Amino acid sequence: MDLLNAFVALSNFVLIPAIAYGSQLALGALGVTLIYGILRFSNFAHGDTMAFGTMVTILFTWLFQSWGISLGPVPTALLALPFGILGCMALLLFTDRVVYKFYREQKAKPVILVIVSLGVMFIMNGLVRFIIGPDDQRFADGERFIVSVRTFKDMTGLEEGLAIKTTQGITVITAVIVVAALFWFLNRTRTGKSMRAYSDNEDLALLSGINPERVVMITWMIVAALATVAGVLYGLDKSFKPFTYFQLLLPIFASAIVGGLGSPLGAIAGGFTIAFSEVMVTYAWKKVAGYALPESLAPDGLAQLLSTDYKFAVSFVILLIVLLFRPTGLFAGKSV
Amino acid sequence: MNETVKNTALFALVAVLIIGTGFLQSWNSALFILNFGLISAIMALGVNLQWGFAGLFNVGIMGFVALGGLATVLVSMPPTTEAWAAGGGGVIVALLMGAATIVVTALVIKRMSAGWLRTVVVLVLLIGGFFVYRALFDPSVARIEAIDPASTGYLGGLNPGGAAWGWMTLVAWPVGGLLAAGVAWIIGKTALGLRSDYLAIATLGIAEIIIAVMKNEDWLSRGVKNVIGLPRPAPYEIELQSDPAFLERAASLGMDPVTASTIWVKLVYAGLFAVVLVILFVLAQRALHSPWGRMMRAIRDNENASEAMGKDVTARHLQVFILGSAICGIAGAMMTTLDGQLTPGTYQPLRFTFLIWVMVIVGGSGNNLGAVLGGFLIWFLWVQVEPMGLLLMQAITSGMTDGSPLKVHLIESAAHMRLLTMGLVLLLVLRFSPRGLIPER
Repeated sequence: MDLLNAFVALSNFVLIPAIAYGSQLALGALGVTLIYGILRFSNFAHGDTMAFGTMVTILFTWLFQSWGISLGPVPTALLALPFGILGCMALLLFTDRVVYKFYREQKAKPVILVIVSLGVMFIMNGLVRFIIGPDDQRFADGERFIVSVRTFKDMTGLEEGLAIKTTQGITVITAVIVVAALFWFLNRTRTGKSMRAYSDNEDLALLSGINPERVVMITWMIVAALATVAGVLYGLDKSFKPFTYFQLLLPIFASAIVGGLGSPLGAIAGGFTIAFSEVMVTYAWKKVAGYALPESLAPDGLAQLLSTDYKFAVSFVILLIVLLFRPTGLFAGKSV
Repeated sequence: MNETVKNTALFALVAVLIIGTGFLQSWNSALFILNFGLISAIMALGVNLQWGFAGLFNVGIMGFVALGGLATVLVSMPPTTEAWAAGGGGVIVALLMGAATIVVTALVIKRMSAGWLRTVVVLVLLIGGFFVYRALFDPSVARIEAIDPASTGYLGGLNPGGAAWGWMTLVAWPVGGLLAAGVAWIIGKTALGLRSDYLAIATLGIAEIIIAVMKNEDWLSRGVKNVIGLPRPAPYEIELQSDPAFLERAASLGMDPVTASTIWVKLVYAGLFAVVLVILFVLAQRALHSPWGRMMRAIRDNENASEAMGKDVTARHLQVFILGSAICGIAGAMMTTLDGQLTPGTYQPLRFTFLIWVMVIVGGSGNNLGAVLGGFLIWFLWVQVEPMGLLLMQAITSGMTDGSPLKVHLIESAAHMRLLTMGLVLLLVLRFSPRGLIPER
């Protein structure tokens, strides 16, 4: 029995990756949930919005790299991130003006807006593939590790190594900053309060003199920022590929729904729930169990509950189980 | 312009597009578009039943299509006798055991009063059941997958005659419908109680779960190793090319034997698919104009009012969900038959869920004729936008110097015009003709 090594192995293979992935999902799910709260539809184009923002960031990263600008150990992409966010904002505001506004004025049923977002999804997906191509792009540079397996082993003298990638560290720090800023904005500023009021009760908000178009515009801008940050962090951590980002829609929806649509706190809880269950169910526990259990009890096989290909399936099984018992998610989300 | 003239003109347009493909490109590609158009039209009929009649937003069509494909393998492939001997019984016992666990758990939840005792019992049942299931299941699966993994390694189907009994594949079509209907029943029972977007995303996820299972359960249908060479109801090209009577007929038409045989096979499929489409269309049309169809539309337009009139909304939703999914299952089985192989890795929501939705919306939701038209028209675009985009790009870049990076990039990107076009068509129709090309009456 060696609990310390067991814990290090657990952190290395389960906790750290799941925390990083969970932060990325939570940021994505926050965007979905904000749109649902304010505009009252599930945005199927969210995955491709993330892809677009990330693509702009990558293009700027390449530009900066060609100029020889870098941030030293930190990826250059962070410098390009604001430009990516601006590009994404421009795209979303343009989409809102030419596509969604019409249906808002018509007071179309929410499900029509969902179908409209399907059309937007096709266009954005095509646009991204058109500009950057369908292939894998790696754009992370700078230092690869904050703590590498070797330094950790030298430092602690433990048998198990622990590695923290720079991208994982950046992901968690950025996510904390972004979420804190978002909650401060929603709870403390006048505009944020007007957004929450609009989300709670549209008619009452209109009566109190809140300008709906302004609320909608700010929502799109925040969503653009969240989507781009989530997309860039995911791309730094893994890699950028338009199709993968389209598929990210699935766990992101699952996170937003598990938490309850329209509830920002729920989106964060949902993101981590989905990430942890995905990683834990598909992780081979042999190593951790080998350390943690007495020798006689150590498992023979890999001790893996399901093969890694079941990743997406796991998030949806969690989703279904949660919905069976709480039909509007953990944090009692809205339904229109 | 009255309605009949307009509808005839729209269908004539589709016919002209397909025949034009025949003259401009090749008859093989025209028939390819026709065959997949027929299948797409059937899928669109299924979605129209759910969305157009009943207003159910199902984005899990891909799952039902894949189940139809699975049924084709399970029915039409020859059984792998060694695999059955090695682990067939074990797998069946394990699956029964798994199902029993779920049933017992459901009973416990229903019968016992809520409290910590029930939670403990349920958890023990589920976790214990899972481990017993894996203990029974894994060794049998390992034995099955060990048998000649390069060509079989799965249980195989129910067709004792093998490739000689190609007609068994036709049996697989209704079986595909039944399999999809069965799964739809389970899903409907659990998920149809959900509201609005929660239902939509649940169905999206269920389709992913179905695909994940098909990709990973090698003992069932070889997973991502694919099942190829399915027996087919149409004759093989090779056989036709060595058949003197056929060669003589081809020669009298002035065609070379290879082209003639491929075209003949495609025509046989087109005939079979057209029969299925006509049957399903007539049924759907009868359903729409029956009291049942009127009730469905009443429920769609106002659930509360219909409920007040004594209609059982939940039961009707479940019913129409099963029927529509069954039609998608039939179409999925037909598609796998036409491909001659089952490749779970190729099922993607863009192609098998969202594209079908574009067909229904563009054609006209709530109108069967519209759904069929949408199926053909959008499928034609899906296939033909790529060559058209390439031509367009070549025209745009003709002024640029050869080999300039921008020119190369633009011409390479022409392949992605397809998604852009689909989105554009969908948005334009929704904006300017929101009820589709052939609106509901």
